[in-house]
Amino acid sequence: MKLIFEKSVPGRRAVQAGPGDVPAVNIQSTLLRESAAELPELSELDVVRHFTELSHRNFGVDSNFYPLGSCTMKYNPKVAEHIASYPGFARLHPLLPQLRMGGMLTQGALRVLYEMDLLLREITGMAGFTMQPLAGAHGELTGMMIMAAYHADKGNKKTTVLIPDSAHGTNPASAAIAGYSVATIPSKDGVMDVDAVKEHLSDDVAGLMLTCPNTLGLFNPHVKEICDLIHSVNGLAYYDGANLNAIVGKARPGDFGFDIVHVNLHKTFATPHGGGGPGAGPVGVTEELVPYLPVSVVAKRSDGTYTLEYDRPKSIGYIAPFYGNFSVVLKAYVYILMLGNEGLRRVAENAVLNANYVKEKLKSHYRIAFDRLCKHECVFSISDQMAHNGIRAIDIAKALIDRGFHPPTVYFPTVVHEAMMIEPTESESKETLDGFIDAMIDIAGQAGSDPARLKTAPATAPVCRPNETAAARNLNIACL
Amino acid sequence: MPFISNTSEQQARMLAEIGLTKNDLFADIGEELLYEDFKLPAGLSEQRVRDSMAELAEKNSTHLTCFLGGGFYDHFIPAAVNAIVSRSEFYTAYTPYQPELSQGILQATYEYQSVICRLTEMEVANASLYDGGTALYEAMMMAHRITGRNKIIIDGSVNPIYRVMIRSYTRNLKIEFEESQCTDGLVDRGQIFERLDDKTSAVILQNPNFFGCIDDFSDIAAAAHDKGALLIVSCYPVSLGILKTPGAMGADIVTGEGQSLGLPLAFGGPYLGLMAARKKHVRKMPGRISGETTDAFGRRAYVLTLQAREQHIRRAKATSNICSNEALCALTALVYLSLLGKEGLRETSQLCADKANYAYKRLTAIPGVQPHFRGEWFFNEFVLDLPCEAADVIGKLIERGFAAGFPLSRYYSGMENSILICVTEKRTRHEIGMLAEALESVL
Amino acid sequence: MIVEGLVYTKQHEWAKVEGNIATVGITDYAQMLLGEIVFVELPVVGTEVISEHEMAVVESTKAASDIFAPVTGKIVSVNSTLESEPELINKDCYNAGWICRIEMADDASLESLLNAEQYKQHVKGAGQ
Repeated sequence: MKLIFEKSVPGRRAVQAGPGDVPAVNIQSTLLRESAAELPELSELDVVRHFTELSHRNFGVDSNFYPLGSCTMKYNPKVAEHIASYPGFARLHPLLPQLRMGGMLTQGALRVLYEMDLLLREITGMAGFTMQPLAGAHGELTGMMIMAAYHADKGNKKTTVLIPDSAHGTNPASAAIAGYSVATIPSKDGVMDVDAVKEHLSDDVAGLMLTCPNTLGLFNPHVKEICDLIHSVNGLAYYDGANLNAIVGKARPGDFGFDIVHVNLHKTFATPHGGGGPGAGPVGVTEELVPYLPVSVVAKRSDGTYTLEYDRPKSIGYIAPFYGNFSVVLKAYVYILMLGNEGLRRVAENAVLNANYVKEKLKSHYRIAFDRLCKHECVFSISDQMAHNGIRAIDIAKALIDRGFHPPTVYFPTVVHEAMMIEPTESESKETLDGFIDAMIDIAGQAGSDPARLKTAPATAPVCRPNETAAARNLNIACL
Repeated sequence: MPFISNTSEQQARMLAEIGLTKNDLFADIGEELLYEDFKLPAGLSEQRVRDSMAELAEKNSTHLTCFLGGGFYDHFIPAAVNAIVSRSEFYTAYTPYQPELSQGILQATYEYQSVICRLTEMEVANASLYDGGTALYEAMMMAHRITGRNKIIIDGSVNPIYRVMIRSYTRNLKIEFEESQCTDGLVDRGQIFERLDDKTSAVILQNPNFFGCIDDFSDIAAAAHDKGALLIVSCYPVSLGILKTPGAMGADIVTGEGQSLGLPLAFGGPYLGLMAARKKHVRKMPGRISGETTDAFGRRAYVLTLQAREQHIRRAKATSNICSNEALCALTALVYLSLLGKEGLRETSQLCADKANYAYKRLTAIPGVQPHFRGEWFFNEFVLDLPCEAADVIGKLIERGFAAGFPLSRYYSGMENSILICVTEKRTRHEIGMLAEALESVL
Repeated sequence: MIVEGLVYTKQHEWAKVEGNIATVGITDYAQMLLGEIVFVELPVVGTEVISEHEMAVVESTKAASDIFAPVTGKIVSVNSTLESEPELINKDCYNAGWICRIEMADDASLESLLNAEQYKQHVKGAGQ
């Protein structure tokens, strides 16, 4: 398909700027660019058709089943998009509250932020939230900065953070930026090994970062014991909320003993992933850590109005320009309001049921990494197909594309050989799951009967297996 | 239940098929850790939610005529922008891990990288970062990786919000800051040159700066390069429709807040962090990058490239902890720039400058209202000194329907009477006239 | 493939020692694990390197891997052909795919290195 630049016709226009109802100014020429930026020259129809064509070459949750493990690709309710487009939210300038009495100009928005804090407290069992982190990884970094600020304030000399081998790569990267070195803790029976935690325990340990259930979809039965061990050396326990969808409405990280929690609104609370962002990663903490939350903090006055507090001496400071990705928070708020207490309790139940249903139906066709009750996702290893027919996880993934499904996550977690990680979410119906299961079984058959054909999939997509090595060696990342 | 497809009858049948009961599903958590006592409000119907959210939206004052900027701008957004980015194939997708199903977003990202390079006159750009502030922090860390040095010189005319953000992020890292103060609205060369040495990693500047003044940093770029340091410039992309580009000035890394490119103000986000750089530094640049290649049949195709530098592989040694970008916001910016096109962006940018200049003349004609800086060029924001406290005046003008500007005393001591006023292409001659009348009447 | 007469590290670098100069690269086993190499970040000539400390980065589509100096000393030359042809490491890691030459400060760091037989055992252990 042509690039938008290749469709450009000199002199063609779409949008006219203006009205131009004032005299022109001539800025000193040394301060100006020499020639106009080479943007495409197209009509509005050209632009609309170009992007409509691109959209046909893309696949979203609205297209079909998208069981991308660890990403919680649930349905994104349309009503949330609709509400976020209300001019009263979309056109609101973030600097208004900084004007005198300006807080009164944004009471609706501040109330959304305040009430979202209360809702997330109830859902996670924490004492206070910040909505500012702009994504999950940003939440992790914020959480680790809070951990560092707490230890610095208490005069604790800490150097190390414990992270399991199955963790997302963002965990060690976030810990490093917060100034900590990382000790990787091995797993036993698929979950973080308590004995290994004990071996690594010392006064140097600042804390722990744990995803629970982990990236294998397994709940660690020793989670409370592990948190207690971390507390015994004055460390803090950080809950990576990437997999909160597995327990939401059933259990709370605060009750497990975690001190800091981040929540991915774009996963558990149904805001769209946007092709890779924007997301939002609010962070919640225990009472003791509330003073370290970033500024500003939304508070409610005795007269029922809302205000922003900036004077918080122990705060880690500003981590975002304003109040976070407000529209994303707003959409998640709408989702929670619609589900309510009863609805939210059904989320994890159905997510876990769907994952176990897929696991049980597929485990006689593919090797299951850990054959026991899983939570929101299950992980298979394609090692049998690999040993017998040279078929790899990537081949199964590409074959699914030809059968109309988005593939699961492949090659993660790295602790499983040829991993395939399936997360169906609660949104999906039995009919959809059955269709997917049939496709997977069909592919397993083809791996035995016609492996060569699988190696050439997909046949139905606009492109087939782009050459990543060539892309990295002969770097072409902009059309100039 | 809303947003759950299976009926209870189906759920029961599925449980039976796999030989489990409802209670079995959470048996691994253990009774002690299960929580039965959630106290959330009862669920609401769509109609109830829409009504109550509409009521909340009305409690936000978006009817004010906006002369408030400060790095976040009220520009016109063509209807086609939202029509395109609302296509669910884009917005309900995730990171393009499977290139065969993601050519749409991958090609759009490649095109976005290309327009950012063309706009800034730089050689490479990434797929975007969270916002202008985190982008500036990432640029600073990138300079540190390139030079191996720890000292940063940052000018006081860089957006104060970004300056405090950078300080928060580097609290646990070995980065030293020296802050120069601008003179008469422009970067004071003497202060920069005396601080530049062979320990300096980068000089961080902004154009137009927080006061709206515009400059040419070519001399500073040359001086920084002489010492082996880099120049980082934070930009306002709409202004690059007419202004000299950071690339032409010799900047090594360019960042910016992309909100002005078709994104609504939305009370602070989601926004868009721009980042562009020299090609020789591409492997030290954080964030996702889309690259062109060919597929198994020789067809043009796009993939995420240079991923080995990222956190999911490099873990604690990654170029950044960032996992995602703001893909949908980058798509929005690309669509916006495509709709405006070469001439449309130039025209928009010029109109911003024209209208700001007109407003400057109208407002400084009011007795007692003085320009804060003498004779400097500005883009679409300028600073005026009022005969009394600016915050007070702004408060009074809110009652008359104007968000008249930003009180600079909030970030700069000694500027109690100074107001930062912004005029975009959306404002009309009539609105500017009304503001002038209102201001005169409250003074 | 393991070449006799070279010395090896446990992190899969090799060194060929001639006088006080050590020519350094990564082993066949390492290039196989990494897969197709797309970029090599070479050390800068004149830099002092310390044995077992990072001195270069080799990047494939799957991984970016640190290369550790097998010996302590100063970088005296680098294989700049790798900048345009990183695949030489895949094709010929012990000859054309060399990375750099180090002028050794002394022989002390050589003592901890493995000979071909010991390295063969080490790889066998890693394989299991």
